[in-house]
Amino acid sequence: MIAVIDYGVGNLFSLACSLKAIGADCAVTGDRKVIAGAEGIILPGVGAFGDAAAKLRETGLGDAVKGEVRKGKKLLGICLGMQLLFENSFEYGCHEGLGLLKGGVRPLKELMSEDLPVPHMGWNSLVLTGDSPIFRETKEGAFVYFVHSYAAVPEDGSLAAYCEYGGKITAGVSKDNVFGCQFHPEKSGREGLKILDAFMKIK
Amino acid sequence: MITKRIIPCLDVKDGRVVKGINFKNTVDVDDPSALAAYYTECGADELVFYDITASAEERKIFTQFLTETASHVFIPMTVGGGIESLADFERVLSCGADKVSVNSGGFKNPSLFREAAMLYGNQCVVLSVDVKRVSGEFRVFVKGGREDTGVEALCWIKRCVSEGAGEVVVNSIDTDGVKKGFDIELLAKVVDAVNVPVIASGGAGSVDDFIELFEKVPGISAGLAASVFHRKEINIQDLKKKMAEKGIPVRL
Repeated sequence: MIAVIDYGVGNLFSLACSLKAIGADCAVTGDRKVIAGAEGIILPGVGAFGDAAAKLRETGLGDAVKGEVRKGKKLLGICLGMQLLFENSFEYGCHEGLGLLKGGVRPLKELMSEDLPVPHMGWNSLVLTGDSPIFRETKEGAFVYFVHSYAAVPEDGSLAAYCEYGGKITAGVSKDNVFGCQFHPEKSGREGLKILDAFMKIK
Repeated sequence: MITKRIIPCLDVKDGRVVKGINFKNTVDVDDPSALAAYYTECGADELVFYDITASAEERKIFTQFLTETASHVFIPMTVGGGIESLADFERVLSCGADKVSVNSGGFKNPSLFREAAMLYGNQCVVLSVDVKRVSGEFRVFVKGGREDTGVEALCWIKRCVSEGAGEVVVNSIDTDGVKKGFDIELLAKVVDAVNVPVIASGGAGSVDDFIELFEKVPGISAGLAASVFHRKEINIQDLKKKMAEKGIPVRL
């Protein structure tokens, strides 16, 4: 069973449906016991980094997730959930993340050399930079759906995929049992389901 | 590389698609959920649903259909129609919508863009605007394009974006239904005026109209249409192949 962390940020209906579609058993939960009993954890999230980080702190779920990851449990962060894996973000002030990966989160505008619309919204192609198990079934150039205005800048070699949007924008990260995707696998059609399925199959 | 999006738009009333004819051999003629799945298979990049019902009873049918669709369609979905409050946002987002489109409701409740963006992020808030030329200027029309607000369109669009709209759907009343192409002049002006994704709507009659749109307005993010897709006058797969041949980035 996979625990999808419910900490009051964003709508988890589509994510739960997509997990069901690949035959995964999931529980949308904020209960530490359920999280402790799960094989893996998905940390979703939309909205502002500061609010989400505060909710993870207030509910104690941030520490619960970190504790499980330290014990070796696999974790997948999605969109803002991926950004929260990093140390900090400068979205409306400076906020601390979970610090599971080294690096920070910066506004797309600072990372882009061209004047393109922000949010980066739509289908963009993946350039794979390693052999992360979450992209085991994904081919170079696969299209996935992005919607974000900030992006993570990894500092410890955790980059697993990027896309081109006025520069190289972090699309996927992978380090030991910690994984993340900036795009929305639950909104990326078949390509997205493949990535969720690959995460499910990681031992 | 980011691709240009092709978006079919479904007007839904009493749980059925309005004008959803000519699908007799493929899917249930006007079942929105089946149509949504069909378009997803055809390569639609996103779906837009407008709830064109009036009563609370009918709203319930709409949200039921939305929940059902979101449980098996895994591409982004935008919902519009009668969105006037944060409660309306919550109602459709909880049923699986990813983005919420605000049109006339933005006039009734001007703080809605800001409030919704604060709560859900600006990527979730879409401004939908109906524009028509009146006495040499672009004017915003509301109530399904029937009422002239007297407000200049570019000014309104810029304001809504600065308040929190993260995407803009521009529907030109002048070209809508005429099927002679998108309103290139208007769309180019909007793309220049704002730095969020802009979606063109109104006027698509052929594959060439989409090619013209993306070639003449390179900054446009997506093209939206309804009846030409529903009536199979344009097949989305063929359209995207043609776009690729012309060097326009698409997801095939």
